[in-house]
Amino acid sequence: MGDLSTISGNLLYAAFFIYLIATLFFAATIRDKKKSKSKMAGNIGISLAIIGFLTQVGYFITRWIASGHAPISNLFEYTTFFGMMLVFAFIILYFIYRVDLLGLFALPIALLLIAFASMFPTEISPLVPSLQSHWLYIHVTTASLGQGILSVSFVAGLIFLISQVDQTRRTKHTTWLEFVIYVIAATLAFIIISSTFNALDYEATFEAPVEGQQTEVTYEMPALAGPNEGVMISEGVMSPIFHAPEWMRGEDAAKKFNTFLWSILGGLILYWGVRLIIRKRIAAAVQPLLNKKVNPELVDEISYRAVAIGFPVFTLGALIFAMIWAQQAWDRFWGWDPKEVWALITFFFYAAYLHLRLSRGWQGMKSAWLAVGGFGIIMFNLIAVNLIISGLHSYA
Amino acid sequence: MKEITCECGHVNPEGTVLCEACGKPVEKNQHIDGNEDKKLLNMRYDGSARRSQTYNRTIIDKIWNFFSSVKVGVSLIFIVVIASAIGTIFPQEEFISSNVDPSTHYRDQYGMAGQIYYQLGFHDLFSSWWFMLLLAMLGISIVIASIDRFFPLYKTLKKQKPKRHELFMKKQRIFGETQADNIDIDRFKANLKKRRFKLYEQDGHILAEKNRFARWGPYVNHIGLIIFLLGALLRFVPAFYVDEFIWVREGETTLISGTEGEFYIENKAFTLETYDKDNPEDARFKEAIESQDGAIPKTFRTDAVIYERTNQGVTGADPELEPIKEGSATMNNPLKFDDYALYQASYQLNEFSEMSFKIHDSDDEESNHGEFTIDLANPQSTYELDGGFRVEVVNYFPDYEMQDGQPASVSKYPRNPAFVFNLYPPGEETPETSFLGIGANIDAGQDNQYKLGLTSFDVRDVTGLTVKKDHTLGIISLGGAIFMIGVIQGMYWNHRRIWLQPRPDGAWIAGHTNKNWYALRMEIEKSIEGTQIEAPQDQYEMKS
Ligand code: HEM
Repeated sequence: MGDLSTISGNLLYAAFFIYLIATLFFAATIRDKKKSKSKMAGNIGISLAIIGFLTQVGYFITRWIASGHAPISNLFEYTTFFGMMLVFAFIILYFIYRVDLLGLFALPIALLLIAFASMFPTEISPLVPSLQSHWLYIHVTTASLGQGILSVSFVAGLIFLISQVDQTRRTKHTTWLEFVIYVIAATLAFIIISSTFNALDYEATFEAPVEGQQTEVTYEMPALAGPNEGVMISEGVMSPIFHAPEWMRGEDAAKKFNTFLWSILGGLILYWGVRLIIRKRIAAAVQPLLNKKVNPELVDEISYRAVAIGFPVFTLGALIFAMIWAQQAWDRFWGWDPKEVWALITFFFYAAYLHLRLSRGWQGMKSAWLAVGGFGIIMFNLIAVNLIISGLHSYA
Repeated sequence: MKEITCECGHVNPEGTVLCEACGKPVEKNQHIDGNEDKKLLNMRYDGSARRSQTYNRTIIDKIWNFFSSVKVGVSLIFIVVIASAIGTIFPQEEFISSNVDPSTHYRDQYGMAGQIYYQLGFHDLFSSWWFMLLLAMLGISIVIASIDRFFPLYKTLKKQKPKRHELFMKKQRIFGETQADNIDIDRFKANLKKRRFKLYEQDGHILAEKNRFARWGPYVNHIGLIIFLLGALLRFVPAFYVDEFIWVREGETTLISGTEGEFYIENKAFTLETYDKDNPEDARFKEAIESQDGAIPKTFRTDAVIYERTNQGVTGADPELEPIKEGSATMNNPLKFDDYALYQASYQLNEFSEMSFKIHDSDDEESNHGEFTIDLANPQSTYELDGGFRVEVVNYFPDYEMQDGQPASVSKYPRNPAFVFNLYPPGEETPETSFLGIGANIDAGQDNQYKLGLTSFDVRDVTGLTVKKDHTLGIISLGGAIFMIGVIQGMYWNHRRIWLQPRPDGAWIAGHTNKNWYALRMEIEKSIEGTQIEAPQDQYEMKS
């Protein structure tokens, strides 16, 4: 069995690199002069994306066999699966509209997700009783597929914004767009910093009061913010610059806050580093590359179509199947725990998107911004709710 | 009602924007859909006469119009979204420990922000009256908005004629003029049929239509939502909904509350299994088990027998029980009987069931003046011992804890029992008082001659089960199913229409869809292949 989990891990690596190469081919399509049908580079790109997807399916199946349950039960497994569903959704929409640029943006987002997932514990973990249900698989896979499809809406929205926002002067649009790019940079920074200190086996241990008990807290990154009233035990490592505020009391609160600070700072360095080199807004630098290729109406329609396809899938998975499972596991189909509430918020948000588009004619820019907001909510539910406001679902 | 007769002869109801039959704009009503000075017609509801756009005099009109506005509907949705998001910042009252006082808990835990949160009622958001009110308004809005639009739209689509007014054609978003005398109409019709359009003809004018049913998707899904909400409301009716909780000790048979004295349960055993890294089956989780602090539970299970009372209604008589079902409840697999389901919801390991004491001399632990046993589920007030001693139970703390220097019980379950006894030696009238708990034997009086000692105890597990009867589940599932059918119907199919109008010098073509215009244009392009009809233009300019 141990071998199988090694194979599984290798398949995930392979999938990661195949996606990476596919992205390069999609990047090459930018040089194609013609706006419409994809040529050589695009065909190779999509073929590689499919091969990468199948490889990742291989990872999924082998890990399932190794653990005896579907690998969607902790943050690592769930986030990688989400990345896989994003690729799958991209493939579907690619075959409806055949837009190469979609691959150039969708695959890097999937790559970021998978890399991000790998920063969390990856060992195979057992299922606690409440998770031992087939409805768990059905619920999580469908919900995740729905989120994947909805995320393609974000990808198309982002392409729309980068190509259409007027970059000649500074506006709310340019500022927010740069902010979105900065958030992506901060995610990248998190991945780089975590894996660096991980490779170095960095550890700094503190003794700090957690709920009235002196507890040892170990940081895997140098402490910018030490635990509140924490005393450092490790030697020869950097001592904290300041202490986390008093209200961050949970066992890992200060540690997570520290990681967050690192990501924010790393993101700033990455973002401003690039920006100082190219001497303009990042989106302004990318825009001319896209302009030849982008048909704004088509991209807008893809963004909308993704919501139209994804909304029913998401509702089925994240609300209906979730309710059936919750009814069995906890005797109530709905309990207002934070994860549930955020699924409902996602549902309401996209319902609002559809109404605004259909009845109030929100298209183009407005609709693209809504798609960005929707993705923000999905990511919030995936990451912030799990790491900060954990409820019954407590992944991670 | 003031009716409007169109030049095509069709009689339209008051408030019509585009003639139901030929689509000619009704001049005085163009403001309703904002068509004045616009190049294109607003085709959202095909210019049908909607109540909300027609009447605005009485208070009822005003209420109707308020709720039928999508702007209002979407605003309500956003308010619910924002309120719900705020409701997740701090834990809701139901998730915080039940033995703290919420009015101070939020301030103590989260400071100023917590205090404000509590004061504003966000700690109990989801059962607050104003959240309920919001949901109710959302429900009303869905109903009114749907009625307002469905009937007029349905009628208009039923009455539409292939022959369209010129203005209607020209003001469609997809429109094209072809000048040619060799247009192959038969080929065009064949192409459309192949693409599964339904064709309607009138004097050479053609209407090709497909997937009209997709237009009803939103109304179907709104009905589903309403049924769902009504189902949720029915939970307040006790006949539909029972939600109780019982603790059942191992070996004990008790009444299942919420079943009106009809059913009893015997807890045969409660089992808690944990993952074990030395068990070959669990070996693959070794790493995860080792990195966890505590044990990781694998199963919670209650093996039980359900009894029905056969002499129900006979007051005063002891219940006569007949076993009707033997089975087990685990998480995710409730034990079902009759209309009820028992869910494994909680447990308590090693609760005390019996404690035995003996009386001995203060200075000699070996001496023995008699023993007695207390059944903790049912303690007596006095115990007469063989040796002539009498023990009076003055105070019993099932779950003892010192609070502010006073002994107190933090729950009614014997998790940490403690007693205050009055001990009457044979023939004595003044008792010696002593206090006794696990690991705490404090003499109340310094010069007590006797002492009580714990000799043995028995523990057992207790299972916590939720008792549920839920007749609303059927209604709620129905609502969910209808909702899903409706969204799929509306989202995975698109209503598309293509009009062809013969002209002296060729033909006009126009197209309309309720979504996905790019796909409609592709469809038109395929339909006109080999027909000499020129591809129409998209007259819409996206304002980005
Ligand atoms: C969360 C609750 C709601 C959900 C899930 C929902 C769902 C939907 C969906 C999926 C559509 C189709 C949209 C499209 O085709 O792009 C729709 C259309 C519509 N909804 Fe809702 N809706 C909700 C609440 C409301 C409310 C509160 C109103 C009140 C104003 C409303 C009024 C409408 C209208 C007027 C349409 C257009 C119908 C048509 O095109 O004929 N909905 N709804």
